[in-house]
Amino acid sequence: MTIELARLSRRFAGFAALDEVNLAIAPGEFVALLGPSGSGKTTLLRILAGLDYPDAGTVTQDGRDLLAVDARARKVGLVFQHYALFRHLTVTENVAFGLRVRPRRVRPSRAEIAARVDKLLRRVQLDGLGDRYPSQLSGGQRQRVALARALAVEPDLLLLDEPFGALDAQVRVALRRWLRHLHEELGLTTVFVTHDQEEALELADRVVVMNRGRIEQVGTPEAIYQQPATPFVCEFIGKANRLTLRRRNGALYAGPLRLDADPWPAPQEGAALAYVRPEHLALSATALEDGWPARLRHVYLSGSIAHLELEVEALGQVLEAEMGGEEAQRRGLHPGMTLTVQPRALTAFPLDPASGEPEAAARRTLRPHYGQATVARWR
Amino acid sequence: MRRRILPGFGLSLGYALAYLGLVVLLPLAALAWKASAIGPGQLLHLLAAPRTLAALKLSFGGALLAALADGAIGLLVGWVLVRYRFPGRRLLDALVDLPFALPTAVAGIALTALYAPNGWLGRWLEPHGLKIAYAPAGVLVAMVFVGFPFVVRTLQPVLESLESDVEEAATTLGATRAQTFLRVIAPVLLPTLLTGFALALARAVGEYGSVIFIAGNLPMKSEIAPLLIVQQLEEFDYTGAAALGTAMLLVSLLLLLAVTLLQRWSRRWAEVRA
Repeated sequence: MTIELARLSRRFAGFAALDEVNLAIAPGEFVALLGPSGSGKTTLLRILAGLDYPDAGTVTQDGRDLLAVDARARKVGLVFQHYALFRHLTVTENVAFGLRVRPRRVRPSRAEIAARVDKLLRRVQLDGLGDRYPSQLSGGQRQRVALARALAVEPDLLLLDEPFGALDAQVRVALRRWLRHLHEELGLTTVFVTHDQEEALELADRVVVMNRGRIEQVGTPEAIYQQPATPFVCEFIGKANRLTLRRRNGALYAGPLRLDADPWPAPQEGAALAYVRPEHLALSATALEDGWPARLRHVYLSGSIAHLELEVEALGQVLEAEMGGEEAQRRGLHPGMTLTVQPRALTAFPLDPASGEPEAAARRTLRPHYGQATVARWR
Repeated sequence: MRRRILPGFGLSLGYALAYLGLVVLLPLAALAWKASAIGPGQLLHLLAAPRTLAALKLSFGGALLAALADGAIGLLVGWVLVRYRFPGRRLLDALVDLPFALPTAVAGIALTALYAPNGWLGRWLEPHGLKIAYAPAGVLVAMVFVGFPFVVRTLQPVLESLESDVEEAATTLGATRAQTFLRVIAPVLLPTLLTGFALALARAVGEYGSVIFIAGNLPMKSEIAPLLIVQQLEEFDYTGAAALGTAMLLVSLLLLLAVTLLQRWSRRWAEVRA
């Protein structure tokens, strides 16, 4: 049951919500559509559900044209951010809705419906609450009712639109784990929309990063984090310090520091854009030749991680670094002290000399080598 | 006593009760007191008179039918005004209030001119046996006219607050448009629709000005109860008028009570709170 989206475009008054999007979703896959608001992810989900239609492009399911199938007949389960429960119906009636509206020929018997609803309520851990109305439930419970309601019609495809967006942090994490288990049990092809990268990286088999109606990158959570394909992904996923590199005489420089040989073909002049993650900045209290001298401006402790704000004069910018909270305490880090910073891994894009735009296709991962004596030793 | 966040509860409750007593209850009490002067035998004689019964039947039967019609028309108009965007929507929206603003006599004369045998509409309807002006049907038309803004105006805010994702959820669960309307939208609208129905009903029962122009006021046929009261007043039979008025009051009260009970039942899902 592979679903293929090909060259999908959708325009709303003046802006492109989707712009030539291509994507294949394999059977049983758990896919996250991740992006900032306005990136087109919800539009894509609504097209899959049959609640919106593209201006151009095709959606097929095993070669069958899905756009020709009405939303009613698509066998898609949809869960909304704000639950969209029927407030005048009890939990049981909500879950049974999709079965009760079927034409008489294909409608299960009353006893069968009752049994199925019972089973679903147990599955979503709401047994015993069947007679309540939605207004008597907590947010997490409501979302589980919405999920049971969507599952009751035995959909081929489960779609979730920011399913945890309206819940508070603790409930969100619990429900996330539970949804992952449910997916492993049912093996149902699932697509969910989120703007929360943590959610996407934790839950999904594959993450689709979207920006301004286009797909920036599709990959496993590891690939998305470790090999971001475009400058947008570098900035959107996790944290990254953005640097401008100079290309000169076959080498790359960041400030006075020579990082590596220039990996791109001639003309080896001009500039490049590089991103370095906070955890890839090595620090040393001793002054080293290879590296940037920096002044520690602030140390923020958030839980187990210490975030360091480093002022690097050679670059004329502030970098953010990270280390374990305990480690930071052991090292006696305090604002005002001078450190040496060494980038250990960078993602770099050459800037096109004509347009000044970064060339995503020419992405390289740089791992600078420093002399043994001049390696920062804290990490 | 429990502490209250909002001050002035005692003062405002006292004011509300005093006002209600002065403006509503006092005149009604005077009416009942006046009516009590009539003896039981005379009261029975008055109320059981065929002409009185016919008038009461037309007043309440007509009002019920008119309120039902208003419910249907008002729902449709409110739905169109809220759901669709079209040129002239604001103008149409403003027109809904006209029956509120128009002196009822003017409305009655206008409707009569339309439906009279030589009127714009009457001239086409009469040959088909549809007699509206100077017939019970005319009473109904006037009652529908004055009551319909109530339904539209009570429904509009609720229609606006309907969430589209609930309807979309119903669609993805396989419901047809009709099923979505009947099972998802209608139950949520019903309590408000009943409020509008009750208001239109009350208005139609009390309507006088527009009805007497179009009804023709034939005794036993197209004569409404309020007209009977006015006639008794003109004959200086104040006690009889008061008795008839009290009888109307009681029936109205019972009708409105029934609607309220129906309404409570229809929104039982909103009554429960965790």
